[in-house]
Amino acid sequence: MSTAARTWRKPPLIADPRLRWGLLIGALVYLVLALASIDVNWARVLDGIPRGQRFLSGFFPPDFTTRWGAIAEGLLESVWMTVTATVVGVLISIPVGLGAARNLAPLPVYLGCRAVVALARTFPEVILAIFFVKVFGFGPFAGFLALSLATVGFYAKLLAEDIEDMDPGQAEAVRATGSSWWQWLNYAVQPQVMPRMIGLALYRLDINFRESAVVGIVGGGGIGATLLTAFDRYEYETAAAILIFIIAVVMVLEYGSSWLRRKVQ
Amino acid sequence: MLVSDPGLLVLEGLTKRYRTGDLALKGVSLTVPRGQVMALIGPSGAGKSTLIRCVNRLVEPTGGSVRLDGVDITGLGAGALRRARRRMGMIFQEYALVERLTVMENVLSGRLGYVSFWRSFLRRFPQSDVTEAFRLLERVGLDHMVDKRADELSGGQRQRVGIARALIQNPQLLLVDEPTASLDPKTSRQIMRLVKELCVERGLAAIINIHDVLLAQMFAERVVGLRLGEVVYDGTPDGLTGDVLTEIYGEEDWSATIRPVDEEGDAQGQAEADIEVGEHPHHRRSGPTRDEDVVSGL
Amino acid sequence: MPVVGTGLAREWRRRSVQARLVIWLGWLVGVAIFAWCWREMSGKTIWMFVLDGPEQAADLLERMVPPRWSYMDSLWRPLWDTMNIATLGTLMALIIAVPVAFCAASNTTPSRLLVRPLALFVIVSSRSINSLIWALMLVAIIGPGVFAGVIAIGLRSVGFCAKLLYEAIEEIDESQVEAVTATGAGRVQVLDYAIVPQIMPALAGIAVFRWDINIRESTVLGLVGAGGIGIQLDASIANLAWTQVSMILLAILATVLVSEWVSAKVRHAMI
Repeated sequence: MSTAARTWRKPPLIADPRLRWGLLIGALVYLVLALASIDVNWARVLDGIPRGQRFLSGFFPPDFTTRWGAIAEGLLESVWMTVTATVVGVLISIPVGLGAARNLAPLPVYLGCRAVVALARTFPEVILAIFFVKVFGFGPFAGFLALSLATVGFYAKLLAEDIEDMDPGQAEAVRATGSSWWQWLNYAVQPQVMPRMIGLALYRLDINFRESAVVGIVGGGGIGATLLTAFDRYEYETAAAILIFIIAVVMVLEYGSSWLRRKVQ
Repeated sequence: MLVSDPGLLVLEGLTKRYRTGDLALKGVSLTVPRGQVMALIGPSGAGKSTLIRCVNRLVEPTGGSVRLDGVDITGLGAGALRRARRRMGMIFQEYALVERLTVMENVLSGRLGYVSFWRSFLRRFPQSDVTEAFRLLERVGLDHMVDKRADELSGGQRQRVGIARALIQNPQLLLVDEPTASLDPKTSRQIMRLVKELCVERGLAAIINIHDVLLAQMFAERVVGLRLGEVVYDGTPDGLTGDVLTEIYGEEDWSATIRPVDEEGDAQGQAEADIEVGEHPHHRRSGPTRDEDVVSGL
Repeated sequence: MPVVGTGLAREWRRRSVQARLVIWLGWLVGVAIFAWCWREMSGKTIWMFVLDGPEQAADLLERMVPPRWSYMDSLWRPLWDTMNIATLGTLMALIIAVPVAFCAASNTTPSRLLVRPLALFVIVSSRSINSLIWALMLVAIIGPGVFAGVIAIGLRSVGFCAKLLYEAIEEIDESQVEAVTATGAGRVQVLDYAIVPQIMPALAGIAVFRWDINIRESTVLGLVGAGGIGIQLDASIANLAWTQVSMILLAILATVLVSEWVSAKVRHAMI
């Protein structure tokens, strides 16, 4: 056992050298192609620098007063949309989620509910909002519908997964007492999924508020519309004020919901 | 002890008060001569871990001084502290290997205080370090597992990697924190014997925190008992009488623990009989370890 | 679970009187808030349009089928752009998020008083603002195109990635850090040898997770001019070319399904 000049190199992450180099070269080629396909108009970017500076200076100080009426109205609309969409979305999610849990629902119901969930999840809120605006006209109602549908996609899926993951022993024990289906749901299923679902509802409230800023851009009402107007008019001080409001509300919601979750659980 | 040599490590009035207000060390004074293997025993919370962590300042002492070879560690700046740490190898209770790095990387991490950042970042250590790492791994019986990831190893194997990591620092002093707390009795003995042999081979001094009084008696030349942050015993292993143990740990029937005075050094014979005498069985979290390979002949 | 009442008939209630009162009050407030929001919102709604909705929807659906399959030929390039926006944006986010996360994690931050709050603020701001709004701002500043889309996705994802990453950093095993520090290693060496190996799996998981989300989000950035298939969607809607719209929606659906499949595969391979 001579250890005279045994050298050592760190073993590579991928042992097969062909695979390793193949992946590396593939990644490099992709990166080059992808970067090349972005044609940056540097003249336009340079043009934008002073505008960017103006926008940044809009934060020091932001202008809350000039468009205060519009900001307040937009924020209120956003809040209405957020609250109603979260409540309605969660209410609809409960039957859909129960139906989408394989250990609860018969196969046809399961497939139907899963299809609803998949459909609601695939498209971003904005695309849903575009269609609801087309169908139901401008205003917060379209935004409300878009957010409600997105909430169903999010909440029903997680509820179904939670129910599928529950402890079958407890469910069996309650069923063994001779309880009816509703009693069984109330005594065996609900206590197991409730704490997490309350937390997720609050989290969804937070997401819905953030998304409510976006549906406004396509005509779904709320603070997004106000923001879009501010940008279109180059009123960067007002835009900055709106952004600060959004950040503040999200922070309040985040801290509030984590406080409430601790209380509930 | 020679008067001219103050000892390798000199602690004077070492005090540590945690931010919570707990006084973990109450003015501990100790001198460890070169080449001495010293066991530090005492109940949980006595301050054993705090003491050895104050030596290399993983825990910042609040009072007193620590001198290594005449240099006051407590007053060093960041760079000088790193150079001082190179001369003190540390071995940990739960091995504290970096689990997602390979055995070799873990061993070579003992050289981090010596090599430049770029060398360590590119894993291009000097050939002399790599040669020494191979030699040490061979010495602890692990040179066939160089490129295994640390989390694939059994408890005993991990602790041997930890020993190699400490030794490659080329230290003068080993700080050993509960090296056997997560190991089964047989592996515990093997590890302690290995540490002891290596200290003798290289003339290293060592401070070994240990719960198991018998292991301490078997492998250390000197035992220091700590209770509530104060030294209550400092002497030979043979001096650990029932009264002394009561003084350190509190009232208990110690008759099964005390080693008969005439039995010396190698305790192979009574290896299996006395395994559960440790005062704190909850510290023996050793699950079943896969460590069956024999280290004998080291 | 309090037992109320005295004497022979011990009565059992699930909750005490106060607890029930609090719960009922909570419900009351909740319902009142909902009712108020609903009333205000419906006050802003033109119900004539809403009642007309189902008819409109049926009409729209009729005009959307069958999808104009031939339009797919001109969708490949926008889809390629969409994927690039998501991928490059995720890369950019990771490059920024890693240092931000190290500054935000309480065990690695250079300064708890100064740097950490700043890093946390960066994370909250980035997370609060939707990528579409980032895109809106960037298009106004640097002009429309894929470039604005990449940066928008990147800026939105910084907060997300940094938040998850700094939580992972705060959960690392400190004894490994201690062991490497004890060898006399410098700060950066400790980072390299003790911390980075521990958070690598988390980092990879976060990257794939966010990439999947970003594919979805980058399909709509074109609505504000930031590149990708959203531009075609916007134009087709504006031109009332509904058969093209349905084709685009199908393309988005397929892309999302593929990305979900890929990210599930990669995540599975990593675990």
